[in-house]
Amino acid sequence: MHEHDVLVIGGGGAGLRAAIAAHEEGADVAIVTKLHPVRSHTGAAEGGINAALREGDDWELHAYDTMKGSDYLGDAPAIETLAQDSPEETVQLENWGMPFSREDDGTVSQRPFGGLSFARTTYAGAETGHHMLHTMYEQVVKRGIQVYDEWYVSDLAVTDHDDPSDRECHGVIAYDIKTGQIEGFKARNGVILATGGLGQVYDHTTNAVANTGDGPAMAYRAGVPLEDMEFVQFHPTTLPSTGVLISEGVRGEGGILYNSEGERFMFEYGYANNDGELASRDVVSRAELTEVNNGRGVEDEYVYLDMRHLGEERITDRLENILHLARDFEGVDGLEEPMPVKPGQHYEMGGIETDENGLTCIDGLYAAGECACVSVHGSNRLGGNALPELIVFGARAGRHAAGSDLGEAEITTGRTGEIEEEDGLDTPVEPGAVSASTEEDDAVADGGNAGGDDDAVADGGAAVVEPDETVRRAVERERTRIEHLLEKDTGVQHASLRADLQESMTENVNVFRNEEGLKQALEDIQEVREAYQDVYVSDPSRTFNTDLIHTIETRNLIDLAEAITLGALARDEFRGAHWRQEHQERKDDEWLKHTMLSWNEGTPELWYKPTILEGEDKTYEPKERSY
Amino acid sequence: MSTQVPKEDERTESVEHEAEDSAEQPEASHGDRRRADRDAKRQSVSGAPAEPEQDAFRLKVFRYDPEVEGKMEPRFDDFSVPREKGMTVLDALIYARDTYDTTLTFRHSCRQAVCGSDALFINGRQRLGCQTQISDLDKPVRVEPLPHQDVVKDLVVDMEHFYDQMHAVEPFFQPDEESPGDLEEYRQSPENREEIKMSTRCIWCGACMSSCNIAAGDNQYLGPAAINKAYRFAMDEREGENMKEHRLNVMDQEHGVWRCQTQFSCTNVCPKDIPLTEHIQELKREAVKQNLKFW
Repeated sequence: MHEHDVLVIGGGGAGLRAAIAAHEEGADVAIVTKLHPVRSHTGAAEGGINAALREGDDWELHAYDTMKGSDYLGDAPAIETLAQDSPEETVQLENWGMPFSREDDGTVSQRPFGGLSFARTTYAGAETGHHMLHTMYEQVVKRGIQVYDEWYVSDLAVTDHDDPSDRECHGVIAYDIKTGQIEGFKARNGVILATGGLGQVYDHTTNAVANTGDGPAMAYRAGVPLEDMEFVQFHPTTLPSTGVLISEGVRGEGGILYNSEGERFMFEYGYANNDGELASRDVVSRAELTEVNNGRGVEDEYVYLDMRHLGEERITDRLENILHLARDFEGVDGLEEPMPVKPGQHYEMGGIETDENGLTCIDGLYAAGECACVSVHGSNRLGGNALPELIVFGARAGRHAAGSDLGEAEITTGRTGEIEEEDGLDTPVEPGAVSASTEEDDAVADGGNAGGDDDAVADGGAAVVEPDETVRRAVERERTRIEHLLEKDTGVQHASLRADLQESMTENVNVFRNEEGLKQALEDIQEVREAYQDVYVSDPSRTFNTDLIHTIETRNLIDLAEAITLGALARDEFRGAHWRQEHQERKDDEWLKHTMLSWNEGTPELWYKPTILEGEDKTYEPKERSY
Repeated sequence: MSTQVPKEDERTESVEHEAEDSAEQPEASHGDRRRADRDAKRQSVSGAPAEPEQDAFRLKVFRYDPEVEGKMEPRFDDFSVPREKGMTVLDALIYARDTYDTTLTFRHSCRQAVCGSDALFINGRQRLGCQTQISDLDKPVRVEPLPHQDVVKDLVVDMEHFYDQMHAVEPFFQPDEESPGDLEEYRQSPENREEIKMSTRCIWCGACMSSCNIAAGDNQYLGPAAINKAYRFAMDEREGENMKEHRLNVMDQEHGVWRCQTQFSCTNVCPKDIPLTEHIQELKREAVKQNLKFW
């Protein structure tokens, strides 16, 4: 068994920042990641980091823009923390050597981004994430922080108290991809989940193949609620054939969107009369699809993003990477022709419920970055707000897990306080684990934490609470699951199940949603879940068995797809990125609250907790959100 | 084991996988394509006759597994992959894996040439699978693991040596002066930022190291990527003269810059177009200048 004070799961922006922060507090910290850190998808972020650094800007303006962008579903303490801490964290990156783009006076450059009242998006070309990731990895190397790379964390070691809020996390179970070895990792102080996005729930996404939401899925099954999962951001400018992202920076620099008629539709059809192309992402994505649905799309599929008028010099200086991406992945020369773009899944606003110190309702279990929901982004994330979230909340989680006193959190976690239960949601199928009446084998394939698969029950009810024993038991459970998957030699394979799931989600739980489609998706998901009971891994090898890893990931995608869809069905209003055909207005009287979903040992329960609009010095009054 | 295997026609047995499904409209989107493929496959499983294959190409892939019977002896497998507009080598590998053989193993993640996971030896040259269009390649397309690195399995190579070399050059910012503090940046001129720009694009894919004959013969040679990393800091004006001197001393050694014989193979294969050889040459000049200073 490996043992450290703090374990960080994931080696992207949030994970690296958390590890550095914990290390600075004197903790013995290790990073466990299924990729090598420099392979993480933070490296694909292009646009920049919002930070109020300059004369004329201040954190309160950043907070206000973020609250408005969230469509009043972000929590003020989280938003204000982000806006207050971002300048220091951003300059910290510079002080660690990050090669930001520069002004003539040698200071870092900032540019306009969608939904911002000040040009505060701090950037390094159109490859800000790449530089951020590498700069922080350099600091990890400098500090000698231990990295277990290509180790796949497949479960958490959490005590089995009945009430999730009484549970404690003592570590993780990880599988060495290179050798097939399964090991327990004990964390003396805390485990920080920083596993990133879940874009693989969809088939057209800007996310990496590795973005399978492992953190949220594991935390959910361990008893932490998932928050606001229905809010999925579809980025308006992705390349049609691959989903590769074309940065909002293109529009920030002055790029223009045209439909097939050559009309500048953001203005022509009144989607955003003031901000046009630089309206918030949800607004632009809906506008594009509306154009396509009204017969004004190119090849019935996409619209054009034109940056030719910016001139070669400016494009090469600030957006050179975009030229490479358009050329390599769409065969288009951005200097000579407009680029085809359409909306693609980009970011999950929801995630693991945490407070502003990154802590979940389970003691010792933290989350930061895209896998977490603090909630900063509410129902829609502004461009340039993901990277500051990684460094601000990554650092806070790292410090807190290492024992630093960050003060009492204002955001509460777990099923306590002023909560409201959902009791009337009409679902076509029973969501959650396949019923316990299936064969024993199937429950094993399903990944342990399903209902009915309770060690404590088998042992006559003695709850396991002691740290070492908790880790040992979890290791045994994972060994059984993985052995089963490897030894079984008939059944279905994950690839077709994953494809069915992605297809249904892209068809039914996309930018435009309606009740019928959402119910269809729930049926499809349940079908995939049942089929997964018979899944097997055809590669018998212990060496670099990606078949096995993808099979385990697919189970995670099933749970997350269901969480997204349940939230989307329950929320009968239109807010931010969540649009419902039958409910075309924002319903503040009813829906200024977070959608919470608890796994509840395999029988998911929906409940709600109020949004916090009271900030440090003021209360944010919901206003109509227009751009 | 090493990737230095003989040509497949001399030694390796070949296993063939044919597409049992029909070709689609040439410009169908990925999603349509996949749905149609899967529908066709389901049909063929249920006994319906598979339509003859049209417009497919042959993908020859290196296979090896140290512990699985039948794969311990390296071989090439052939896969028939339908052509599709815009298809990359990575797309073709994924198609082969998901359609024919889920044990086919390769690293990949971002699909957009920034994570550096899928540097491969494609038709005799180091390239990123995701960045290489099938339409640009002679057929059959031959995919092998990066040469000069130990093969872990199929197309996966051991990257530890590459990482060790990257870590050996103090790959982190070390400014002479204390941080300016109080939300202040170190100042850097746009010109200096431009000077280091290309060097900061490295994605650690290892293509350069694999293409370098010198690195193949000298395990201690730092290699092009690590020297480029040193260049990135040595040329960054924010670090200062003392640190630059220190960095040049690290480079100015037997297994450092002087090993490079300017064959330009690294520069030719770099997927991010980093002028690696030029950077190495510039460090040589800087090292010479520094040595002269002390005479």
